[in-house]
Amino acid sequence: MIDPNFFQLICFYAFGAITVGAAIAVISLRNTVHAVLSLVLTFFSTACIWMLAEAEFLAVALIVVYVGAVMVLFLFVVMMLDIDQVKIREGFVRFLPVGLVVAVVMLVEMLALIGVRAMHAQTLGVNPATVAGQSNTAWLGTALYTHYLLPFEVAALILTVGVVAAVALTLRQRSGSKRQMAAEQVAVDPRARVRLVKMDAVRPPVAEPPAASEEPKA
Amino acid sequence: MPTINDILVLLPEFYLVAAACLLLLMDAFIKPEQRGTLHWCSIVVLLVAIYLVIAGQPDVTVTAFGNMFIRDPASEIIKVFVLLCTVLVFIFSRPYLIDRKRFVGEFYTLMIFAVIGVMLMVSAGNLVMIYLGLEMLTLSSYALVALNRDSPLSSEAAIKYFVLGALTSGMLLYGMSMVYGAAGTLDLAQLHEAIAQGTVSRLMVFGLIFMLVGIAFELGAAPFHMWIPDVYQGASTPVTTFIASVSKLAAFGLAWRLLDTGLAGLSNYWQPMLAVISVLSMGIGNLVALVQTNIKRMLAYSTIAHMGFLLMGITNATPGGYASAMFYAICYALMSTVAFGVVLAMARAGFECEEISDLKGLNERSPWFAGMMAISMFSLAGVPPLFGFYAKYLVLQAAINAGYLWLAICGIVMAIIGLWYYLHVIKVMYFDQPEEGGATVSASDSSLRVVLSLNGLALLALGVYWGPLLGWCRRSLGLS
Repeated sequence: MIDPNFFQLICFYAFGAITVGAAIAVISLRNTVHAVLSLVLTFFSTACIWMLAEAEFLAVALIVVYVGAVMVLFLFVVMMLDIDQVKIREGFVRFLPVGLVVAVVMLVEMLALIGVRAMHAQTLGVNPATVAGQSNTAWLGTALYTHYLLPFEVAALILTVGVVAAVALTLRQRSGSKRQMAAEQVAVDPRARVRLVKMDAVRPPVAEPPAASEEPKA
Repeated sequence: MPTINDILVLLPEFYLVAAACLLLLMDAFIKPEQRGTLHWCSIVVLLVAIYLVIAGQPDVTVTAFGNMFIRDPASEIIKVFVLLCTVLVFIFSRPYLIDRKRFVGEFYTLMIFAVIGVMLMVSAGNLVMIYLGLEMLTLSSYALVALNRDSPLSSEAAIKYFVLGALTSGMLLYGMSMVYGAAGTLDLAQLHEAIAQGTVSRLMVFGLIFMLVGIAFELGAAPFHMWIPDVYQGASTPVTTFIASVSKLAAFGLAWRLLDTGLAGLSNYWQPMLAVISVLSMGIGNLVALVQTNIKRMLAYSTIAHMGFLLMGITNATPGGYASAMFYAICYALMSTVAFGVVLAMARAGFECEEISDLKGLNERSPWFAGMMAISMFSLAGVPPLFGFYAKYLVLQAAINAGYLWLAICGIVMAIIGLWYYLHVIKVMYFDQPEEGGATVSASDSSLRVVLSLNGLALLALGVYWGPLLGWCRRSLGLS
């Protein structure tokens, strides 16, 4: 039977190596879909390391937010960049091997984690949540809203700056774009578009222009 | 738990955040032709912030939010001058922005957000706060550089700035995490304590090196200076003025906070590194500036050289050295606002003052502003009766006191080389024949004329009467 703490140490180094390897793959692979898949693996392995350190909430948040939402969005964007439908269908088969490798590595990592927990290995260092007698999430919340309140608020402010900057950079009138101006459409005055002319029902007799009769003579 | 006292300590910062949000709302609701109101409101907001900073200035160090925020006299001085320089930037840029139909509210709000970032950073008591404040400053700066969407040069500059900035911010964060791993704390005061008790590991020095990269990038010191010339040239001149003045004061604040408040015990390691960075900056900055024909690029290389001089003061690693570096940072910020202010005043609709040759014969058309530019150039060069001379003298003295005589000698040689390109600008203004439709200060904006003149004359006045400002800097760092 393997020593639980030794197994945990092996897992830590293995997860670390996979994280670094996958991160190198992200910046060195030429195929964008492969790069995104490697990034998924990087995030997942990082989450596994956090799980080893008993930071469960952070690990789950990383997977839910980054792997679950952000990376799927990335994948969609990368795949949609090539609008050729036939190529996309080919792509699914072409990307299958790399996807499978990533999935298998993730599965092995999960099994290893379950193994570590099942063997009841000692924790890596002091876990402040256990010391405080709280659950991981409750401790994190308390720390964020008391000791780290100011950085937390400043981070929120940075997000506001990001929104302002994004709007300032993207909201502009480009010459030649055919977009609707709702305000102008609503504010339009009917008189500017249609001119109603009052006309009699019966045509008044038109006087014969004198020039017409003179014309043949000329 | 935070109490009302914590909030009172942060009053200027909270006030500015609220005011920036209100200005943002105001911009959404006023008519485009009433934007002038926004301009004056922004200036009033900043002036009130200066008042709040000075009025609430503590005699001793006050901390808030569990040591996250430190309000001490030295950070107050940096804040006052950062706010003052932003007011100058706002006043100098208005005619330029109106002429180019780029008079938008985001210009004002993004700059105020950047200033809030600086204020939080220089008062940070924790590595997390330093990083967040710096991110807020740089994020706003990237957007400001990119704000001129129709110019490919601006977009290129913004991309370069963003990519290099993101890389260095990653390096800074990496260094911080290494130091955290070695010391086991993010708090600057506890870090200082831990190092004083002799826990200097190799890991901590490793982290220190990465943090120095972040500091050198923010300062724009060689060999991390690559972004400076492109960003200065590519950004619209108002944004360049902002980066040249406010960002440099902020970078000094960052260096001082990290190296003095946090890592003072490691000064044996960082002093020689900073000395090398200093000498490289002075060399590269002054030598490359000699061959520039674009005035913004020339001033960019001049910035790199000046940051080398500023680092000389920090290399001293004593309160006296920091005081001289702070004095230098303030001096440089005020000199660069004058230089860029004249460039902004000369630019008019359809005419961008970009090349040094655009200044030809400025003296014949606008002798007063040619005089202001001359004062600024002589001051940047460090010619005796002006502000720049005394600041240079102080940092050279600080370097000699720290035992870096070779550094001071290099500084003097480089200052003499630098004289050439500053004098070249003056020669072009005074002795070259003006071209048709060339150099003149056309801006009829009276606030620009008055404030630019005051700023220029301040360089002259502070060059003769530097005592009170230097005394303020020295007192703030605990010297008599």
